[in-house]
Amino acid sequence: MSQFAGLSDISISEDILVEGDISVPVGSHNADNDFSTLDEPVKDTILRDLRAVGQKFVHVMYPKKSSALLRDWDLWGPLILCVTLALMLQGGSVDSEEEGRPQFAEVFVIIWFGSVIITLNSKLLGGTISFFQSLCVLGYCILPLTVAMIVCRIVLVGGSGLVSFVVRLIVVTASFSWSTFASTAFLADSQPPNRKALVVYPVFLFYFVIGWMILTFSPSQ
Amino acid sequence: MTTSSSGSAVIDMENMDDTSGSSFEDMGEMHQRMKEEEEVTAEAAATEEDNGEYGEFLGMKGLKGQLGRQVADEVWQAGKRQASKAFNLYANIDILRPYFDVEPNQVRNRLVESLIPVRMINFPQKVAGELYGPMMLVFTMVAILLHGMKTSGTVIREGTLMGTAIGTCFGYWLGVSSFIYFLAYLCNAQITMLQMLSLLGYGLFGHCMVLFITYNVHFHSLFYILWLVIGGLSTLRMVAVLISRTVGQTPRLILCGTLAALHMLFLLYLHFAYHKMVEGILDTLEGPNIPPIQRVARDVPVVANAVVNATIKSIAAVVQSQ
Repeated sequence: MSQFAGLSDISISEDILVEGDISVPVGSHNADNDFSTLDEPVKDTILRDLRAVGQKFVHVMYPKKSSALLRDWDLWGPLILCVTLALMLQGGSVDSEEEGRPQFAEVFVIIWFGSVIITLNSKLLGGTISFFQSLCVLGYCILPLTVAMIVCRIVLVGGSGLVSFVVRLIVVTASFSWSTFASTAFLADSQPPNRKALVVYPVFLFYFVIGWMILTFSPSQ
Repeated sequence: MTTSSSGSAVIDMENMDDTSGSSFEDMGEMHQRMKEEEEVTAEAAATEEDNGEYGEFLGMKGLKGQLGRQVADEVWQAGKRQASKAFNLYANIDILRPYFDVEPNQVRNRLVESLIPVRMINFPQKVAGELYGPMMLVFTMVAILLHGMKTSGTVIREGTLMGTAIGTCFGYWLGVSSFIYFLAYLCNAQITMLQMLSLLGYGLFGHCMVLFITYNVHFHSLFYILWLVIGGLSTLRMVAVLISRTVGQTPRLILCGTLAALHMLFLLYLHFAYHKMVEGILDTLEGPNIPPIQRVARDVPVVANAVVNATIKSIAAVVQSQ
């Protein structure tokens, strides 16, 4: 009895209206949401998606500890980057005298399967990040390497001597370390603190292989 | 809405006679309203099409009715439940989670220990059952092999460089582990598949080191020394662990001999297969005209000429003397 004594002061003022709508949603809500984005013109959709992708590119180039990349993940950016990189790395026909340049399918498969394996590894090590979020981060962090590929192509136009090799080596090394640093800035937070090195190593290996493919690319004469 | 007693501690529900959806009568009213709306829309739809057999056939306005929508909803939920159950059963990576439960210093210690053979073979040696280290070592070897294939100028026509490298490394790790596990089963050795995978995986650390050095520094003698020393140490470690888990001379001999042979020969193969070979494997199978290994042409014609000349001279001498 005494424990209820303190509650005697509670009163409900008269001007609080209790109202609401208890209705059972039977799927009509989904229909409304679909109509609201299906009705807009295609240009709006594309511009909105492009803006989201561009914003994530900016986040990759200046990796701060923001969660924008993780919160609304999308796979458009990784697809664009992967296709661009694979197209630029594509070799000539099979009977060209250049030996074994990576074909489009090879680069594509390396990037996507590498990302899947790294994601599985980080999940198995106890990460809290979801599958597609991790794929998104790894894909977006290929951006510095794509930029390095473009720079290497331009440098190779000038010639393929020792100087150009040194320049390309510096550019590729810088961009590969930037990629690794950017992706660990996003990924390593989701791991237990003493296991960060275990997650960083496969990421390092992955970007190292891509960087090596870029460095050893030489166009046909 | 009136509150009679402002000082009461309990909210009196009976004073709330506002029927805004909290009472059963109101639910009934709401459903009735929804059904009436439906009938209105259904009639409007039925007047649009001449033959409304679809709607009237089932008596509940078919798929357009509320019951139809609920059934569709149920089917969707059931399908989703089934799919997620199947997914959780088969794609459950949590099965592998305990094998990845390692710390970085543990991995480092195991890497170093893989090159140190154990002395005591009288009682079973402990083998760590983890898969993180072996997997990372296999991927590292794939990367090193790619580098070696590129610098040696190997051309692989029917496959890809990456595919061959991955196939070789994973094939060796999984295939030889399974084979040795099968032999161990025949020889009554106390080792599990996971331990065998882990042991062989860590044994690849020596291979990685040797290949990394010798793909960049091309000295045959250096390779042979490293092959014996580092390859030998890592083989001895694996062999010692297996011996400690097997009884009997013959089973020990079979098991350890096989493992030693396979491990050492694999390193030899990796070094020489991608060592300045001109054409790839499949190409040599298809083109019998092209010799697999380009040899440096020795001065054969000069010797042959000299021999032919001498033979003709001797034959001429014999003919003349007759």
